[in-house]
This record gives sequence, structure tokens and C-alpha cells, in this order.
Amino acid sequence: MNWTALDTWIVIAGALTAMACAIPGVFLQLNKQSMLGDAISHAVLPGIAIAYLVSGSRDTLPMIGGALVAGVLTALLSGAVERLGRVEQGASLGVVFCVFFAAGLVLVRIAADHLDLDPSCVLFGSLELAVIESSGIPRVVWLSASTLALNALLATLFFKELRLSAFDTRFSESVGVPARLIRLGLTVLTSITAVMAFESVGSILVIAMLIVPGATALLLCRSVEGILLASLGFAALASLGGHLMAISALPALLSTMPGGIQIGSVNSAGMMATCSGLVFFTVLLATALRKPAVTTPQPGVP
Amino acid sequence: MKDTPLHIDALNVAYHRKLVLWDVGVTIKAGRTTAIVGPNGAGKSTLLKAALGLIPSASGKILFFGGTLRKSRSRVAYVPQRESVDWDFPVNARDVVAMGLYRRIGWCLPVRSIHRRMADEALADVGMADFALRQISQLSGGQQQRVFLARALAQKADLYLMDEPFASVDAATEQAILAVLERIKASGGTVVCVHHDLETVAGYFDDAILLNMRVVAQGPVGDVMTPENLRKTYGARLSFLDEVATDPARATPAAG
Amino acid sequence: MDYPTLETFLRIFSLQDHNTRIVLAGACAFGIAAGLIGAFLLLRKRSLLGDTLGHATLPGVAIGFLVAYAAGHDPRSFFPLALGATLSAVAGIGALALVRRFSRIKDDAALAIVLSVFFGFGIALLSAIQQLPGGFASGLEHLIYGSAATMTSADATFVIASSLGISLFCIALFKEFSLLCFDEAFARSSGWPATVLDILLMSLVVWATVAGIQTVGILLVVALLVIPPASARFWCDGMGPMAAVSAVSGGLSCLLGVFLSALFPKWPTGALIVLSAGSIFAASLVFGPTRGILIRSIRTRRAEKNLRREHLLRAVFECAELTEGSVPLADLLAKRPWTRQQMLAEIARLADRGLLTCPPGNDSVQFTATGLSEARRLVRNHRLWELYLIRHADVAPAHVDREADRIEHVLDRRIVEELEDILDQRSHERLVPSDPEKSQA
Repeated sequence: MNWTALDTWIVIAGALTAMACAIPGVFLQLNKQSMLGDAISHAVLPGIAIAYLVSGSRDTLPMIGGALVAGVLTALLSGAVERLGRVEQGASLGVVFCVFFAAGLVLVRIAADHLDLDPSCVLFGSLELAVIESSGIPRVVWLSASTLALNALLATLFFKELRLSAFDTRFSESVGVPARLIRLGLTVLTSITAVMAFESVGSILVIAMLIVPGATALLLCRSVEGILLASLGFAALASLGGHLMAISALPALLSTMPGGIQIGSVNSAGMMATCSGLVFFTVLLATALRKPAVTTPQPGVP
Repeated sequence: MKDTPLHIDALNVAYHRKLVLWDVGVTIKAGRTTAIVGPNGAGKSTLLKAALGLIPSASGKILFFGGTLRKSRSRVAYVPQRESVDWDFPVNARDVVAMGLYRRIGWCLPVRSIHRRMADEALADVGMADFALRQISQLSGGQQQRVFLARALAQKADLYLMDEPFASVDAATEQAILAVLERIKASGGTVVCVHHDLETVAGYFDDAILLNMRVVAQGPVGDVMTPENLRKTYGARLSFLDEVATDPARATPAAG
Repeated sequence: MDYPTLETFLRIFSLQDHNTRIVLAGACAFGIAAGLIGAFLLLRKRSLLGDTLGHATLPGVAIGFLVAYAAGHDPRSFFPLALGATLSAVAGIGALALVRRFSRIKDDAALAIVLSVFFGFGIALLSAIQQLPGGFASGLEHLIYGSAATMTSADATFVIASSLGISLFCIALFKEFSLLCFDEAFARSSGWPATVLDILLMSLVVWATVAGIQTVGILLVVALLVIPPASARFWCDGMGPMAAVSAVSGGLSCLLGVFLSALFPKWPTGALIVLSAGSIFAASLVFGPTRGILIRSIRTRRAEKNLRREHLLRAVFECAELTEGSVPLADLLAKRPWTRQQMLAEIARLADRGLLTCPPGNDSVQFTATGLSEARRLVRNHRLWELYLIRHADVAPAHVDREADRIEHVLDRRIVEELEDILDQRSHERLVPSDPEKSQA
């Protein structure tokens, strides 16, 4: 293994992005909207393609704008389908993001006549390429650090409103805290975070980091504050461990296969997601072994 | 009118196409405890939710203290049904009770130690002082109900709307809730409870509203809980109705 | 962009291309099977399971590829990839079951966890495959986005056979699956092996996912499991008709998508299929005859209007019972909590329909002959309902449907006769039945 400054930057950028995602992710999970991250990450594709077609360039700003509009639109539309059509929440989300994504694929094909746009690049990203570009501190690090700062600030400011609206919508409305508005704000924040991250590291890391660190923390902590802090730790851990696995463990494993597959390193973002999953299932099994299996509690029984 | 905590006139509520409340008119008197009683599906909880504006399709006139809910929101506290929330949620009892103070604390400002003390006081009022730091999933059903009650108490409101607070709770909780009702009344507050247990209506409450999609009768329990009215509300098949209505031991002295 | 000429148009729609025929047959068969199984998933509120399983196949596909490559076979051959996809989707289901069994993590979070972790691992493996000599990776990317247009007849045979198998299972086990979706506890208590049925249903979803990868790709296979059943929900209420409509709509989406992609060969077939399904959904959402937005808003509006009309007619009628003739506006305003303006607007509406007359300059209203008979019918209906509520209060709330034109349409004939008898006894000498509340008190 040959650790370079580049590897350090990859881990830092990955960790900052992962931590930025973990914050809104915890509240998404408490609101039972975990699949929204997956939906948004697919649904931004048409926004990006339209931004390309309209602006005719690969500038970052129109792309972020287009993606943001598409992301928020997904959340709003699926909410509207759920309410107006009385379609179950998961299904309405599925309908909307599938259609968006399909439209995006077609638009990308249209845009391909004029521009070089690869949907894989948008979807899977490349952390390795993102940190190469500049000499000093890479742009992606600044970007993810500011997203993290924004999320941390908003989560601190609106902590009690976010927690209340997730816990008890009806009571929240009855004391004048508009739960629906807060949920919409959370959706917008998730879109912003996701879009900032796609631009540099791709959506796989986003989908994983929105939910997995928070879920791991939920296994261990009993308060929302604790879950938020622990999820930041798990997010950072996953990006360090993931990168290590990407540059050494997995290639080594592959080379032991009978045919002897020799490759360099694999996609870091993908392995960061994998590593967060390994941490999650380890913690899950450890907590399950420590105490007897959880039986579903009956809320009606005193 | 200004002193009437809650006045509802010609309230109609439909779910889908089905009308569940017909032209309901209700007046709640200040400083008294009122039970809303009726069979399953009679629209008892719907009445509370519609009053609080939680059901968008409701039509009718609703006045809190002679004005809109928006104007007197800080004077109204709501205790939802216990089943309406996820008790696995990662918060402790004190956190939940402090939610009753959020309006007073205001947007963006954090919960400070003074608010935690107020939450603890409210918890002590329902006999739960020792459980402040307990995660809510580890509380029994009755204790969860008392946490909800404490949250409403922390709001220090003038009108309390409670949805089935006595539903499947233990005897200790029942006593604690009754003590709270007494205390609210003593300080001039008003309580409206959706209640399902006919036998205890007369003992627990001053007034009763018999509801079965429309109001069958309302007024002091002694006047309302007659066999005739109960039969109109519950149908003739319940054999113990006469017993419930006429048993003098259960009726309050004022009503009997 | 090149627009198709009339000749291409005719050639495609007359199915002269061998390739179009193959793709069409494979895609439509899959659309029908996915629509069928998706109907059960929707009713079990597990629509997004297809999404998770679709993503979860990627590492299996990649591992199948790597193993075949290491063993010296052609890594793009179908069998190792399908086997890998199946095994890895099954592993995904296992992971979901693990989370459900050992934690209080909610289902939606469990789906997101399995989806992202499996897919992330798959992407990492894919990046390894990209580094292999031979440029195989583009073949695998086809599986991510789908490439129905390149379907060979061997592929199509597999897809059609799979679809047939899935459909047969769905039809044979139709009532068992319906029971499982509707009331799992009841199914269990009446001796059905609910767990086995559940596993079978999930296995069918895995099978459909693996078959669908070829048609629409890993990322969009969920679309055909979710969108057609969601559309079908707007067209019918019954379980059987819904599954049928869902299957038809799935097949139709694939048909449209394949034709479109034959017309515009540059556009991705899978995406066009999904967009067709999405258009069908949008149309169903608005125009669906049982739960569509349009019909529901019409129904709500009509119900509100009827309610207002009924309120006014009853108010006039009750006043007329006392005053015997024309009713002063002031009396009506005292009876309804409407403003004067609302009241006048409502009266004008009823006057237009010939139910009321209001002599000019005189603040009062009067029934016309039709108005009186209509009001009499309404009041009778209303009082019968009230009487029903009183006489059968224990069961009444579940049955009362005041929107029904006549009480007889909802209640048993015998009960209505009984109620009418009571009403008649109390009001035999009156023009109109009296208020049951007053006469009882």
C-alpha cells in the first residue's frame, strides 16, 4: 500500500461529505422518509440534463440549480400524488422518481448530440478525480465543508422543531409548529446536500451516508442529540475504512481468486458505502447478541 | 361568548363521501370538566380534531374563547391519543414534556435549564418525577399517557382537549389523571375528554356530551345520562344502561 | 434529431423487423408479469422492495462476471450473471430480514440501507472490472440502464419463460396472495403458511427483477413493479380486476415503449418504457373512474352542494311546519350559521332549480310543488336516518350514509319498514313527519 497526500484528501473529502449527509439523514429516518435520498439521487438527472441543454456548458452553477429544482420537485410531486391520489407513500415516491430518472436518461441521450455527458459520472461520481484537479486544498473539500457547516447550523437552530415534527405531527400542528413546512424544509436541505455531493463524489455515497450512519447510531443511542453526534463519527469512520478497503483490501482479495485478477484500486465512494454497511451489520449483530432479540412492543398494553 | 372556552356550531365533517359529524353544535362551559361519550365510530375524536383544525374538510363555526384558534392558541392544550405516535422514538420523558413549552420558547431558541425544570415540575404533577430521564419506549402504557398529560400541563393552558386519556391505563394512572383534572378545575381551567367508559362518566366529570354522529344530549351529567338518552346514543341492546344511568352512588352530588 | 419516415413507421407497426418482434414479445411478457406481481407488492405496502432488490443484484452480477472471467469462460455469458444476480438479491432479502428481526430500525430505513450498501459494493466491483483488459465493462453498464433493443432471441426466451412462470404462480396462488396482502394475521390464524407465502412472493419478485434487468435495467426495474399497479388502483377497487388492469397496463407500457424506441432508435428503450408507464399513470391519476382526482373532486363538490341544498330545504321545511306557508328570511338565518349573502345565494340557486320561489321585495321564501315534495323526501330520509341512529345506535355509525339518495339503498328493507312504521304512528295526522327527537322527549 502506498499512501499519498491524494489519499488523505480523498478521505477528508469523503468524510466531510458523509458527515454533511448524516445530519439531514438522521431526521429523514426519524420522519420515516429514508428512501427519499435514493429517490432524489435518481431524480436529479433530468434537472442536470436540462441545465446542460439550456446553458450549453458544463458550468457548475446551472447544474446545481437544475438538480436542486428536480430534487425539490420530486419531493413535492410525490407528496402531491400521495395526497391527491391516495397512493401509498413508498409507491408514490417510486412512481415519481422512476419517471424523472427515465426522462433524465432520454434527455441525456438528446444532450449527448451536443455535449459529452455521462450519466454514470453523475450517478456514481469519482472521488479520486475530484481531488486531483487543484494544487492547494481541493475545491471539493471546501464545498463539502461548507455543506457540512450549513447543515450543522440549521440542525442546531431548528433542532427542537425538527424533533417535535418528526415525533408528533398532530401535537406539533396543535401548538402552531407547522410540521409540513418543516418537513418540506428538510427535503430542500436534503436536496441541497445531495446535489453538492453528487457534483464531486457521486450519489452512491450520498444515499448510503444519509441513512446508514444514522441507523447505526440509532442502534446504540437513546436520544436524538446522541444519534446525531454518533452518526458523524460513524460517517467519518466509514470513509476512512472504505478508502483503505478500496486501495488495499479488495484488490488483495481479488488477486487471491484462482484466475489471479490484478487491479489497482477500486471506486472509493462505493467501498465507503460498503464499509458503512459492514459497520452497521457488525453493530446490529453485536447489539443483538448482547440482549435477547427485540420483540415488537405493544403500545396499547400498559 | 368571550368566556366560553369552546363553542362549535353546525360542524359537518365528511371522510371521503361519508358524513361522520352532522350539524354538531356544542358549547363547553368554563371551569368544568366535560366528557364526550358515544359508541365506536360516533365521531368523538373527530370532533376534537376538527375543532383544532387538524381536519381540513370540516365546515362549520368554531370559536375558542370567542375568537379563532389562531388567536388563543397558547390557551389551548391538546392531548392526542397515545397510539398516534411512535413510542420507539429516541427521546426521554423530559424531552417530550418540554415539547409543551416550545411555543413559549420560540423558534430557533434552545431548551434551557429553566424549561427543563418546568418540564420536571409537570412530570411531578402526574407522579412521574422519577422517570424524567427514562427513554419513552421503556415506559408502561399508563406512564406514557401521563407523560402526554404532563406535556399538556406544561403548556399552562386554560382549555385542555384530551383524546381518550383513560383508555387502557392502570389504576395508578387513572388516579393521577383524576387528580390532574381536579387541579385544573381548581385553578379555573376547563377540560374536555373523549371518554369511552360509561360507568365512570358520572363520577369523573361535571358535564357530558352524548355523541353519535350528531349530539344526542349535552349538559350536566345528571341531566344527560338518562336511560332514554343512553338508549338513543348506544342503542337498546346494552343491558347495563339503566344501571349506569340511575346508580346514585356514581352520580356526583351536584348532578344527583 | 432524425424523424422516422412513413416507411419506417409502417415497417415497425407491421412488425416486419425480426428484432422488433423479439424485443416486443420479451418486453410485453415482462411488463405483464411485473404488473401482476407488483399489484401484490403495492397492496402489501412494499412497493420499494423492487427498488432495493434491483440495486442489490449489482454486486452479484459483478461477482458472477469476475468468477466467470477468472475461470476462463466468456464473462458476458448469461448464466453466471443471472445466477449472481439471483444470489445477491436473495442475500439482500436476508439482510432485510436480519434488520427486521434484530432491531427497531423501520422498514423504509432497512430498504435504504440494503440498497445503498449493496449497490455501493457493486459499483466498487464494477470499477475493478473496468480495469480488466478486454473492455467488458460497457456490457455490464447495459445491465444498469437496460438494453431491451439488443435483446437476442435467447434473452427473449428466458424473459418470456420467466414471465410465464411468474404469471402462472400469481394466478395459481391468487387467493392466497390476496389473503396475505389483505390480512396476514387472519391468514396465519386460519392455517395458511403465511411465512412460506411471503417468502414465495419475495422469490417471485427476485425472479422478476432478474428477468427485468435485461429489459429495463437494474435502476428502472422497480418502475414496472410500481407504476402499473399504482395506475390500476385508480381504475377499480377489486383485487382481481386491479391485478388484471395492472398487468394490462404493464404490458401496454412496454408495447408503447418498444414502438417508440423502434421509431427513435437512439433513445434508450428502458427509459421510454418507463415514460410510457408514467404517462399511463398520469392519465389514470386524473381520469381514473373510481379514484381519479377529477371524479373525486366532482363527487366532493356535489356532496357539498347537496349538503347545503339539503340543509336549506330542511330549514325551510321545518319553518314551514310552524308558519304554514311562506317563511321569513330572518327565521332561516336563525336556523343556519350562514351569512345573509350565503343564504341569498343558496336560495337563488334553489329558485333557479324551481324548488323555491321568493316573491320580490318580500324577505321570505316559499316552496314550489316540486320543492315541497323534494323537501318532504329529504326530511323523511333524514328523520329515518335519525330514527335509525336512535333505534340501532350500537351499529348505526358504520351504516349511516346520508349521501345515499334514499335510505332504502343502504339499509335492509325490513329495517326501513320498521322505521317507517314508527315514523307514521307519530305523524299520521300531520302533513309531514314530525321530528322524532321532539315527539320522543
